[in-house]
Amino acid sequence: MANAVTKVNGIAIADIAKISGQNDSDLAKLNALEFTGVTDAHTLISTSTASNATSIDISSGIDSTYDVYMFDFINLNAATDNTTFQFQVNATDGADYNDSAITSTHFAYYHDEDDSGTSLYYDTSRDAAQSTSGIPLEHYVGNGADESISGRMWLYAPSSGTYVKHWMAQFFENAQHNAAYGTHVAGYINDTTAIDDIRFEMASGNLDGLIKMYGLAKS
Amino acid sequence: MAKTLISTHTADGSSTSIDITSGIDDTYSVYEFHYVNMHLQSDGERLQFQFNADGGSGFNENMTTIAFLASHGEDDSGGSLAYQGDFSMDQAGTDARDQPLGVGIGADADQSISGVLTLYDPSSTTYVKHFMARSVHPQNGDEARDHYVAGFINTTSAIDEISFRTNTGNIDAGTIKMFGVS
Repeated sequence: MANAVTKVNGIAIADIAKISGQNDSDLAKLNALEFTGVTDAHTLISTSTASNATSIDISSGIDSTYDVYMFDFINLNAATDNTTFQFQVNATDGADYNDSAITSTHFAYYHDEDDSGTSLYYDTSRDAAQSTSGIPLEHYVGNGADESISGRMWLYAPSSGTYVKHWMAQFFENAQHNAAYGTHVAGYINDTTAIDDIRFEMASGNLDGLIKMYGLAKS
Repeated sequence: MAKTLISTHTADGSSTSIDITSGIDDTYSVYEFHYVNMHLQSDGERLQFQFNADGGSGFNENMTTIAFLASHGEDDSGGSLAYQGDFSMDQAGTDARDQPLGVGIGADADQSISGVLTLYDPSSTTYVKHFMARSVHPQNGDEARDHYVAGFINTTSAIDEISFRTNTGNIDAGTIKMFGVS
């Protein structure tokens, strides 16, 4: 980590105990400059930006460097109305995102904008049983100018050569049928070969949006 | 949301528990425990946790908890979401049991459990202590399980220790990482 900040208003960093009531040890950055000795164990590995793309493929950075990977999805907008956001993976011995079987759970909840309906339910039409196709993460994705989905996904120890790979995700959207809509999806990639690629896409049509991949430090 | 890795704990198969007895204090208001590929020696059993208050002895704090589970079989059987009051998954009042993170965890060579437990403000001497967890694992009957647990430790004493443990058998392998969130 760079020793970017040496003084604040002429005072040496070592002489500053607090800034605006925060301990200096709790401050990771000041005006985007890093503090010496402050280690953020939450590392941004890559940022993927899509503009009318068929998919977002992350094909580097998933390896044994981290045991816990976190993906943040920010305003993914579909070109086609009422579609499903989904993912699949490649193992190191696979290609084309169609070789690793995934079993998942999937439940959802919603509230219509006009207050006409609410529900919390398990979705048997969108869970997966040893599926090598795209695994649904969010559905009823709209293509309106102000419609998008956001969420977070965790992937555990993708480089393991011993265990199946656990993952879990949570998404939220303003759905195409004018509802607040959320999903919780989890499962495992039933493959003991290391996973090194992941693909995110709409089941139909292209997408815009941003995906940030983080790693949590192993040491 | 800067995270600081405080400590790493690795199971070597010799014990039923991993006890974290240092590093939980007033340095951080939010602690995250990420458990990765915890492999149990005994098939179909539980990974659990309990706390110890500052100055106390034994992992036996009173907790009130809730739990629910989504599950779905590899053979497309089941597919359900339900509150979980069985398998000692929820607690109330003076219950001071170990709190399961997952039940029915498969112990095949490729099966284990992973997830994250978040603990809020453990050093507070004013409030009870909130926590919530989400865990995912293959069940020993080959179904995906997505467990949710939340609750509070019903004490206003500071909490400074946590134990992750099985209900039976040792923890063969796995890693727990404790992070502080700034």
